Amino acid sequence: MSKVLVVTSGKGGVGKTTTTAALGAALAKAGQKVVLVDFDVGLRNLDLVMGAERRVVFDLINVIQGDANLAQALIKDKRVENLSLLPASQTRDKDALTSEGVEKVINELRSKFDWVICDSPAGIERGAQMAMYHADVAVIVTNPEVSSVRDSDRIIGMLDSTTAHAKKGDKIDKHLLITRYDPQRAARGDMLGTDDVLDILSIPLLGIIPESGDVLRASNVGAPVTIAEPDSPPARAYTDAARRLNGEKLEVTIPTERKGLLDWLFKRRVA
Amino acid sequence: MSSFLSSFFKKRSSAPVARDRLQILLAHERISVGDGKDDLLGQLHREIMEVIQRHVAVDKDKVQIKLDRGAHCSTLEIDVEVPGLTDAKSKAAKAPEASKA
Repeated sequence: MSKVLVVTSGKGGVGKTTTTAALGAALAKAGQKVVLVDFDVGLRNLDLVMGAERRVVFDLINVIQGDANLAQALIKDKRVENLSLLPASQTRDKDALTSEGVEKVINELRSKFDWVICDSPAGIERGAQMAMYHADVAVIVTNPEVSSVRDSDRIIGMLDSTTAHAKKGDKIDKHLLITRYDPQRAARGDMLGTDDVLDILSIPLLGIIPESGDVLRASNVGAPVTIAEPDSPPARAYTDAARRLNGEKLEVTIPTERKGLLDWLFKRRVA
Repeated sequence: MSSFLSSFFKKRSSAPVARDRLQILLAHERISVGDGKDDLLGQLHREIMEVIQRHVAVDKDKVQIKLDRGAHCSTLEIDVEVPGLTDAKSKAAKAPEASKA
């Protein structure tokens, strides 16, 4: 059965787009049919992170307004089978996202894919509300930092009150993904620990993505970190999170750098 | 120098401070945000001002409002300058709000 997942956070810059790309690619690599939908009208970036920025012809708004059909607007990933992207419009206004239009597109995507992953814009306004409205599952991306946790709390409140599921009286599945986590700083007591964040937000934990240069390197080359550096700590954390979304029960761990013999020798020589 | 050293060694880690601040803040925000419910402190403020204005003319620019949200108890302090009295400033209202968290 197909699921609509929203990646949201309230605060900007916490890693929503990175997470959308990485989770989507991980699910597609596991054989699921996945489409990533960018809802950040006017400030699209998912195309860039996915390395598809030069292949965008039509976008979500074109499909909503009937200027193009879905098949024309969807961009198939060249590296992973089963992975597609529906970009946001860069020039249009977010008011072009009509409720009926979004509903029609989401329903059509539901019939074609196992996972419809909606990358929400920051904030709590129309774009963010449209991105979350049809969701069955929400991934709330949070940095272990006060402003991000506060905004996530607000978004959790909205997910429980303003989505289609909430209006029918049921709740949607909410999962917390802690990103940019630095275990050493948390151990020193200079960063909120995962227990603190879980305690405050009290929703189940999907995963902990360690702070890592691999994430920036992947976005530099236009690939999800789960494709560009699949063995890196953040990619392994995202891959495990994707498996949990698929219903696997895995213990949450924070992956660390795997040190091979060569790394060890090299380190020795430098030191 | 000794105070510098002691402050260096006693430096409290900041994460527990962050956690406590968030817990207090969110306890309040979960009540006041959403559900369309008006915030209690705003309502108190408006009603207290109505009562005062029934008796004295109040210059709205000379009303100072202070709010302190605590874990167990919040205080709303409304300072009203009442013209014509000998002590120009009289503390008009102090309304503690029991925390609902």
